Amino acid sequence: MNSANSNAVRIDLGRHSLRDANASLQGRNGSGESGYFRVVNPGGAHAIACGLDAPVEVDIMGHAGYFCAGMNKLARIRVAGNAGQGIAENMMSGLVRVEGDVSQCAGATAHGGLLVVGGNAAARCGISLKGGDIVVKGNVGHMSMFMAQAGRLVVLGDAGDSLGDSIYEARIYVRGGIGTLGADCVEKPVESIHLAELRKLLDQAGCEDVDAGDFRRFGSGRNLYNFKAENLDDY
Amino acid sequence: MCGIVGLFLKRPDMRSELGGMFAPMLIEMTDRGPDSAGVAVYRGGESGRTKITAFHPRREFDWRGFASGQPSLGERADIKVVGSHAVITTDSDSVEIDRLEAADPDLQIMSVGQSIEIYKETGLPTEIAADFNVAGMDGSHAVGHTRMATESAVTTAGSHPFSTGPDFCLVHNGSLSNHNRLRDLLRRRDGIDFKTENDTEVAAAYISSRLGAGRSLKSTLEDCVGELDGFYTFVVGTRSGFAVLRDPFACKPAVLAETGEFVAFASEYRALASLPKIESAEVWEPEPAVVYNWENSA
Repeated sequence: MNSANSNAVRIDLGRHSLRDANASLQGRNGSGESGYFRVVNPGGAHAIACGLDAPVEVDIMGHAGYFCAGMNKLARIRVAGNAGQGIAENMMSGLVRVEGDVSQCAGATAHGGLLVVGGNAAARCGISLKGGDIVVKGNVGHMSMFMAQAGRLVVLGDAGDSLGDSIYEARIYVRGGIGTLGADCVEKPVESIHLAELRKLLDQAGCEDVDAGDFRRFGSGRNLYNFKAENLDDY
Repeated sequence: MCGIVGLFLKRPDMRSELGGMFAPMLIEMTDRGPDSAGVAVYRGGESGRTKITAFHPRREFDWRGFASGQPSLGERADIKVVGSHAVITTDSDSVEIDRLEAADPDLQIMSVGQSIEIYKETGLPTEIAADFNVAGMDGSHAVGHTRMATESAVTTAGSHPFSTGPDFCLVHNGSLSNHNRLRDLLRRRDGIDFKTENDTEVAAAYISSRLGAGRSLKSTLEDCVGELDGFYTFVVGTRSGFAVLRDPFACKPAVLAETGEFVAFASEYRALASLPKIESAEVWEPEPAVVYNWENSA
């Protein structure tokens, strides 16, 4: 992602309202702006760069608040700082890259796209993930990937307690330690298809020097109620 | 939802700047708590002198007349009136707090100690900050709260910070689920008198009763993790210290920032964004169930 693009449209959140800023980023201000934006003075504001649905590039130059880059589709968004809870929640596609830490529920319910976190992610990272991918270069907090249905989480550091509780068909890769595994989350063998998908995710996240062979894989034990065919008789 | 903020200065030569740094933090958290706000500020204080902050809803209340009718305040109590509050400072070592409150049914004691002063009111944080001139306050550290009430009424007494011991205060974002049982226990076992039905007052009394028994702030807060059930992010102030604790579930938000000059806490980063040199501060989310505390030597 080009962070020093000289053609960038500058949006100063110290001077412009968030509503105006997001309208510009969403292309609703009709000014025929280029596809490059540089948001300065974010000041921890909530909901920056939400609802983008075009392949624009956005650099947010500082810390962002809650739900930054929410519902993203196609856009490539970089946060040069930390982000609050719900970064890239319900992302459909595109790329969201945070250089610092993120708070809880990073990438929640994301259907597609890639979220890369340079630092740590707090609790409930990837909760209810529905097909998106998340790469965290630091650690993730407790209850990460709770009820995740599809998609992948890659953690280069450690994972907190209750990892993957009640997980469905999503996959988790962890290089460091695990606090505890959540209900019905089990360790599974890493096979060649997993090494290949890990390699691809690591490369996309800019972790070309990280060895895919260093990770353990976790997923559903398929033992909870929803996985039992005999429970169909209840209906 | 509530907003909490705290600021702890590491350098004594910055103490005149405390309020100017702190007031915008409090006001920024209005969206999280627009119904009441309060501030505890630690400033000045001499050993052998007791500072009492009191509230009276009548602005024209005769504080001097009141103090002169209270022999336990001694003969020469200093009185500084600040909005609906007054700070009474006395050399007397036998102040009878219960008698002060009993003397006027509308009078409430907000805090007692050597350096603590607590100001709290119902209303918008920006109006409350202006009324008490928070921006002009000096001091070593301050904690504040903007309230959106859930567990008790919108009243001055139900506002935060809560003080249940000398130079002690607590602000809380969250709600406790075992406060009724714990209140009963503290009443029966420790003889603690509660002023409100508020859950935070119970947590404050639990902490201050243990501090009063000689336990350290850090170990007392570690005990909270086992004894308190519910959601909480706490910021605690003592005469020389400042601490932060989140529940194990990490239900309520919290951000810490530290530089060589200060430690700052807020529910959301945006309340820290106005602090000097925040761009180069270390900014992080405190881990659940981990006690963070800072002490100054003064």
